[in-house]
Amino acid sequence: MSWIENRFEEGMIITSLDWAINWGRTCSIWPMTFGLACCAIEMMAIGASRFDVDRFGAGAFRASPRQADLMIVAGTVTYKMASRVKRLYNQMPEPKYVMAMGACTIGGGPYFKNGYHVVKGVDLVVPVDIYVPGCPPRPEALIEGLMRLQDKIRHQTVARDRWNSVKDAAFSPATGAN
Amino acid sequence: MAPEEIADLLKKQFSDKIAGFTFETAHPRIEVRADAWPEVAKFLRNDSRLQLNFLRCITAVDMLEDEQFVVEYDLFSARMSAKSGSPWTITNEVAIAVKVPRNSATIPTVAHVWRAADWHEREAYDLMGINFTGHPDSVTDHDGTHPRRILCPDDWVGHALQKDYKFPMEYHGIPAVTEHEQTRPIH
Ligand code: SF4
Repeated sequence: MSWIENRFEEGMIITSLDWAINWGRTCSIWPMTFGLACCAIEMMAIGASRFDVDRFGAGAFRASPRQADLMIVAGTVTYKMASRVKRLYNQMPEPKYVMAMGACTIGGGPYFKNGYHVVKGVDLVVPVDIYVPGCPPRPEALIEGLMRLQDKIRHQTVARDRWNSVKDAAFSPATGAN
Repeated sequence: MAPEEIADLLKKQFSDKIAGFTFETAHPRIEVRADAWPEVAKFLRNDSRLQLNFLRCITAVDMLEDEQFVVEYDLFSARMSAKSGSPWTITNEVAIAVKVPRNSATIPTVAHVWRAADWHEREAYDLMGINFTGHPDSVTDHDGTHPRRILCPDDWVGHALQKDYKFPMEYHGIPAVTEHEQTRPIH
């Protein structure tokens, strides 16, 4: 949506347009298939019939980052995997969101002290929008995280370029660890 | 064949290349000198009385106080049995221990004797730093010629399961945390 973002001044009345765009974005958050460890089992559970994340329009797990809006980092991120996480994040089209699922991605989790190869929080590699704690989080918690992400999207406006300018400065592909 | 009988057989065949025995444990093992190990391995696999054709696993132990590594090879002989209902029988079963000094940990490879040793030796190099010479999947870099790493990235420094391993405090710009220190920014 970069053709429209940042084209309006702050005071301009674009609420209806905002509402329509945000409604579209909120109800079609396509996650990327990105299970790294045990948390992925719970992520798979939300796609199945009992929890059925399709109710929120987020059930279309894409196999390619280029078709995805949300990266649910589900599992332990190792140093070896970190460069891949970063690359996949850079390949996702805007608007893109990252959800850190589980203790491992939030801060190293069970490997905080003695995991020589574990990244101590995926926010050291990519910017994170939503943190869902737990080891692993229950599927309900993940759905709750998804709904909080929807809240976040509902408050976006096309007048301002979200936090992307800040984010890109901190995590540009040129300067970031890759 | 009991481990004691296997030991007798090896002693007769190789005399001083067999360094010792430990039988009073749950894990009876025969100790073999490192330089004679491939030769002994071939014998263990090919001899018609032994036929130890299956390498179950390789265990590397870091004896920091004794300044040595112990590498144990668990072998057994799996044969097709004529009886119906039990397709395989395990007859001979023994472990071979090879001890090497910690500062020059080099053992000739046995990957050409048991194919299973290929990945196990790569793992033993990756996590313990034991160099298996003549390994079919070797690379040459600043650490010399050694089996290719299997779990850690190729540019990893050190061997993580050694008892005196120092945790990396930074890897490709990503900070780290350990029990004692951290380079991760504190918010
Ligand atoms: S947070 Fe727990 S369940 Fe999730 S990947 Fe880490 S160890 Fe596994």
